[in-house]
Amino acid sequence: MSIDRSEVEKIAHLARLNITEETLAATTRSLGEVLALVDELQAVDTSGISPLAHPLDTTQRLRADEVTEPNRREQLQENAPAAEDGLFLVPKVID
Amino acid sequence: MHKQTLTDIVAGLRSKAFSSEEITRHYLDRIAKLDDTYNSFITVTAEQALNQARMADEQLANGEQAPLCGVPIAHKDIFCTTGVRTSCASRMLDNFIAPYDATVVENFNAAGTVMLGKTNMDEFAMGSSNETSWYGPVKNPWNTGCVPGGSSGGSAAAVAARLAPGATATDTGGSIRQPASLCGLTGLKPTYGRVSRFGMIAFASSLDQGGTLTQTAEDSALMLQVMAGFDPKDSTCVDKAVPDYCATLNDSLEGLTIGIPREYFSEGLNPDAETAVRNALAELEKLGATLKEITLPHTGLAVPAYYVIAPAECSANLSRFDGVRFGHRCEEPKDLEDMYKRSRAEGFGDEVKRRILVGTYCLSAGFYDAYYRKAQQVRQLIKQDFVEAFSEVDVIMGPTTTAPAFEFGAKGDDPVAMYLEDIYTISTNLAGLPGLSAPCGFVDNKPVGLQMIGNYFAEAKLLNIAHRFQQATDWHQQLPAVVANGTEG
Repeated sequence: MSIDRSEVEKIAHLARLNITEETLAATTRSLGEVLALVDELQAVDTSGISPLAHPLDTTQRLRADEVTEPNRREQLQENAPAAEDGLFLVPKVID
Repeated sequence: MHKQTLTDIVAGLRSKAFSSEEITRHYLDRIAKLDDTYNSFITVTAEQALNQARMADEQLANGEQAPLCGVPIAHKDIFCTTGVRTSCASRMLDNFIAPYDATVVENFNAAGTVMLGKTNMDEFAMGSSNETSWYGPVKNPWNTGCVPGGSSGGSAAAVAARLAPGATATDTGGSIRQPASLCGLTGLKPTYGRVSRFGMIAFASSLDQGGTLTQTAEDSALMLQVMAGFDPKDSTCVDKAVPDYCATLNDSLEGLTIGIPREYFSEGLNPDAETAVRNALAELEKLGATLKEITLPHTGLAVPAYYVIAPAECSANLSRFDGVRFGHRCEEPKDLEDMYKRSRAEGFGDEVKRRILVGTYCLSAGFYDAYYRKAQQVRQLIKQDFVEAFSEVDVIMGPTTTAPAFEFGAKGDDPVAMYLEDIYTISTNLAGLPGLSAPCGFVDNKPVGLQMIGNYFAEAKLLNIAHRFQQATDWHQQLPAVVANGTEG
């Protein structure tokens, strides 16, 4: 399955990745190469084979719904590009 | 002093042949003097290391029994370390200081180790040559014109150049075993779930596993002993008793059946590398093992299945990097969408972006069944190949890589050529099995490795076999010429 420029622009938008006009052609080509590789899977008969999501086939472990972590908001926000009064700052979203 | 193994250093510290401060200072001096050449460290934590070493010396003087008390090691810069930058070799995390320790790091701290620094790697562990690091490529100490492998290339180069006696690493598709092969080291990727992934920055969560890069199997046993075990903070970590890995190192190999998969000796294999592997297998026969040809018929599908599953999981995991809570944010975003898009475009390198795009495509509406579900079904077939093989054999062996280390830029233009570098290692991750690479010879004066794949939780068996092999051979004792004859200082 080949991929064209408009599809690359669409998935770049879905992935929230800015893609410049100059790199679009090269990106389209290299994605095409990778997709050609993974298309080898299409030739395999997998009817009746159950998908394997996790190598050990275990179920998710559960725990009691109890608070175990202390509130470390200030410490965690030290890594934020912009924070104020305990809030993360982002560009204006609603006019 | 730096020619010692980790095991030697433990003994030397116990017998007071040297102090932790002395040995730590020795490695820090080597790093300061030599790492401009190799670029194996992103961050060197000299001051902190010396403080830890002095504390360890006090504890040793008081009869401290922590297993690796005072032993200097390096951590791959994918493991979070409180107060020390954890970059994952990405511009995205160039300024990220984790507010907590990874469980692996916490375990090593409890065992008394001294952290020399954080090692270089492929960005977000995506690569097989260490060329995708934001901090520049790492050079192979055996030949500085060649790559050290990846993604744990910094850990491998640091140990190969004896800038650290051992290092932590991670392996999603071969990122411990392939650099071990290319740098002449012993590299162990444990069973999925054996080592906690908490605080280990996620790439592909159903494949990622922490492990070791060391000079010997014995050293690896010492490190794995500290790393392995249940962690309630990692929901896929397995609650299973950890055996004493050192206790069985010397077990006899008499009666061991080694499966040799026909598919691992295909035409892409360098003939001299094949000879080295065949000679190693003959050596193991002398030690009492029997060889049996087997088949893993779906081997050829491992790389294609991986390059659906790993990018799909990567695109989901890396969606957390949005420029809001931590990580890189672009200058003057005009709105929220612009901020997301430019922050991510600037923060991630080309290979990371490529995998995010491939993963997004495979998971997008209309393609999920054709790609992701299909790949998971093929993953089941690959696992079943191994399950069947392990009903007949105790361990599976073959080459780790098709050839020795390649030159910088040799696989630059074609992502698929780079992906095929992991052709022998990837299926182990898909099945979740443990794998080990041990040095078994040289091709063009560059090391190559023998890969051993064990059944689930058979790390002790792999370490036992590798240790017995290393008792009978001296490939693991070979040093890069500059290190051996001391011309580098």
